Amino acid sequence: MRFTLNGAAVSLDVVGSRRLLDVLREDLGKTGTKEGCGEGECGACSVLIDGEVVDSCLVAVGQVEGRNVITVEGLAGPRGELSLLQQAFIEHGAAQCGICTPGMLLAAHVLLKKEQRPDADDVREALAGNLCRCTGYTKIIEAVLSCGT
Amino acid sequence: MRDVTYLRPGNVRDAVQLYRTTPGCRPLAGGTDLMVMLHAGTLRPAPRAVLDLWSLPELKGVRRANDVLEIGAAEPYTGIIGSRDAQESVPALVAAARTIGAAQIQNRGTLGGNLANASPAGDTLPVLLAYDAVVVTDRRSIPIDEFFVGYRKTALADDELITAVRLPLGRDVVFRKVGTRAAQAISKVVLAVSREPARIAIGSVAEIPLRARRAEVALERNDIAGAVAAVADDIRPIDDVRSTAAYRRQVTQNVLRELLDAFARG
Repeated sequence: MRFTLNGAAVSLDVVGSRRLLDVLREDLGKTGTKEGCGEGECGACSVLIDGEVVDSCLVAVGQVEGRNVITVEGLAGPRGELSLLQQAFIEHGAAQCGICTPGMLLAAHVLLKKEQRPDADDVREALAGNLCRCTGYTKIIEAVLSCGT
Repeated sequence: MRDVTYLRPGNVRDAVQLYRTTPGCRPLAGGTDLMVMLHAGTLRPAPRAVLDLWSLPELKGVRRANDVLEIGAAEPYTGIIGSRDAQESVPALVAAARTIGAAQIQNRGTLGGNLANASPAGDTLPVLLAYDAVVVTDRRSIPIDEFFVGYRKTALADDELITAVRLPLGRDVVFRKVGTRAAQAISKVVLAVSREPARIAIGSVAEIPLRARRAEVALERNDIAGAVAAVADDIRPIDDVRSTAAYRRQVTQNVLRELLDAFARG
């Protein structure tokens, strides 16, 4: 099967019923995508498929045939320079243990594509599917709001 | 899951053929229920193949035709929420879709999946009951009223696939879900009510999403107090990890009273 991963063409021989999450981590070395609950509750495994945020634990890898997948590794620039949003997470102390961070970044990335200047409620709604057990969310919300233009 | 074959038909006709001829085959759409069970190994009998319906164009879209709104079985909730036709014609279904999970789940969850899994807590199912929706399959139309036949059991034949759902236009339905938080919550109680015709449909209070028949009879007589009293006998709630039977009975009556009072005020 073939798909695009972070802008590069990928060709794989895998069983299509495997979870996209497992193929990303085990076959493609993209360990930025984390497994939390494995049930679609926590959002730690969030990735983008054709620009939409999804839980990669709920996607059969066969379902991304021909599609465009972005993981957290795809947010940085070609030489690894962090995006504005990633930089904002660091500056606002929006990460502690870090397990939820890749999913938070991707869900927030989608929001900022749709809403150039989101308010706090927009951010809470956009991140409602991403659980954090460390930060209490405030610093995450502040980090996302700081990227509004 | 490495031993589960992945099948990807190109159209509904091929899908039905594969479904009929592949032993131990389970249809897959957005995967929000099935992929969890597949990974946990909790499906019985254990599936040997999944039939991926997610990308079939015939199962996508929201269309207005004559007197009905037709929604493709594999159209994700995000598509329903964003459809102007759905917002105008079936706002209670849009309201229900907005309460399901969060963006990640709304981007993948589908009406076909909610129906086929037939969870008593499926959030769209009481809404479909209140609208008298019709479940369209590859071979027939099934009134929603006849669709749920037991705990997670449906009227679908072993090789039958849901292709669409049809809803009537112009019916006034209200929806309310009670859960622990606004997002990512499985319902403790979920209600959808139509005043005319009298429809009171409730989820998470029995082994199937059900119509509260005694309460509906009272509502037809404009007896709101009677409907609120009768609904306690219509439901069969249990204690489980999300709530208790006593709480569910009380909340069902409270929410029903609130929804019917709101109708009475216009």
